[in-house]
Amino acid sequence: MNTHAIKKVTIIAESVLELKIIEDIKRLGAKGYTLIEVRGEGTKGRHASDWAGNSVKIETLVTDLVAEAILQRMADEYFEYYAIVAFVENVTVVRQEKFS
Amino acid sequence: MESLEVLRSNLLSPIVLAFALGMIATFIKSDLRFPEGLYTGLSMYLLFSIGLKGGVELSDTPLREFWLPALSTIALGLITPAIAYAAARKIGRLDVPNSAALAAHYGSVSAVTFIAATMLMQRLQTPYEGFMPTLVALLEIPAILVALLIASRAMKRRTLGAAMREVLAGRTILLLLGGLVIGLFSGREGVAPVAPLFFDLFRGALTLFLLEMGMITARRLIEVRSVGPFIFGFAILAPVLFGAMGVACGLLSGLSPGGAAVLGAMAASASYIAAPAAVRIALPEANPSLYLTATLGITFPFNLSVGIPLYLWLANQLAGFTV
Repeated sequence: MNTHAIKKVTIIAESVLELKIIEDIKRLGAKGYTLIEVRGEGTKGRHASDWAGNSVKIETLVTDLVAEAILQRMADEYFEYYAIVAFVENVTVVRQEKFS
Repeated sequence: MESLEVLRSNLLSPIVLAFALGMIATFIKSDLRFPEGLYTGLSMYLLFSIGLKGGVELSDTPLREFWLPALSTIALGLITPAIAYAAARKIGRLDVPNSAALAAHYGSVSAVTFIAATMLMQRLQTPYEGFMPTLVALLEIPAILVALLIASRAMKRRTLGAAMREVLAGRTILLLLGGLVIGLFSGREGVAPVAPLFFDLFRGALTLFLLEMGMITARRLIEVRSVGPFIFGFAILAPVLFGAMGVACGLLSGLSPGGAAVLGAMAASASYIAAPAAVRIALPEANPSLYLTATLGITFPFNLSVGIPLYLWLANQLAGFTV
């Protein structure tokens, strides 16, 4: 089978950021994403979920360049004040063209 | 009724007791947890119900009875955030974002505190104006606007647009105003068929909601020690001052003592649905655990237990002078 190495970007953020982040990653070249609601705790304390619902975890499969652009954007826009983490993993897919 | 008797009746009402139960549940680390979505569902139901009820009442309120209370409500919404901001800056020595965040929350209104106030009036058979929910909608927005405006001027930054979208398209205003308009257009007879769901079950749903609020408050209370004496004092004194202003505004604009007490409770209350969302977007530098601990951990339980009876007492005392 023809397999390809691409990146999986995972972003876990407080839910007020959901729409903004989705807008960001699409604009930066992500072709799709998967979103689930999650609960947790981090350096900014229990995720402030009392009014706006649980935190969200957004995953997207993208090329190396897009992955880097997304991380950069998260770092510039959100890391300082919001409860958010973002990281990249190597994954293997078939149908590379679907993600680039 | 004697003031102490009113206080006792308030403290022993199902909603306040359910709230206390929720707090106990958290303190003893119970595994009690509301199913996913129930809290949001209940808050939607409550907001839509009070909107509907207010709309129905508004549909047979003459405009001349309504415009003066409406104006004084908007005035309250403009003045209270300015006072809160000045107090936080000058006395509390907080920075601009945190002061503005407090101002947005304390100038705005908590729908549940409003409902709790109307419940006490009903239990004491103290009449109040039916159009009060309309005033809730009017009080919600201006304060958030004023606070964010002060902040964006002080910080020379434009963030108002996104925040306003958050407030106006947010579920609080949508459901409250939407319910009002639906109630207004369909009138008392039109709403009658849906009344069993929205009016008859209302108190039961509210009791359940307060159980969850108790758990949320208790989690915030645990953080109280970290916020410092100013926030603690502010979270008690601001509601008393704003409550008194609300009562006075209510009486001067012609509301009954019951209505003035409800307006007092509204002015005294601090928003925790619309304001937090707007503030988080517009003022990310402000520390959420500061303003949420103040509003949910201190001010809300204060108003629910002692504040509302206090505003009613004040309204009854002052009503003697104005007539």
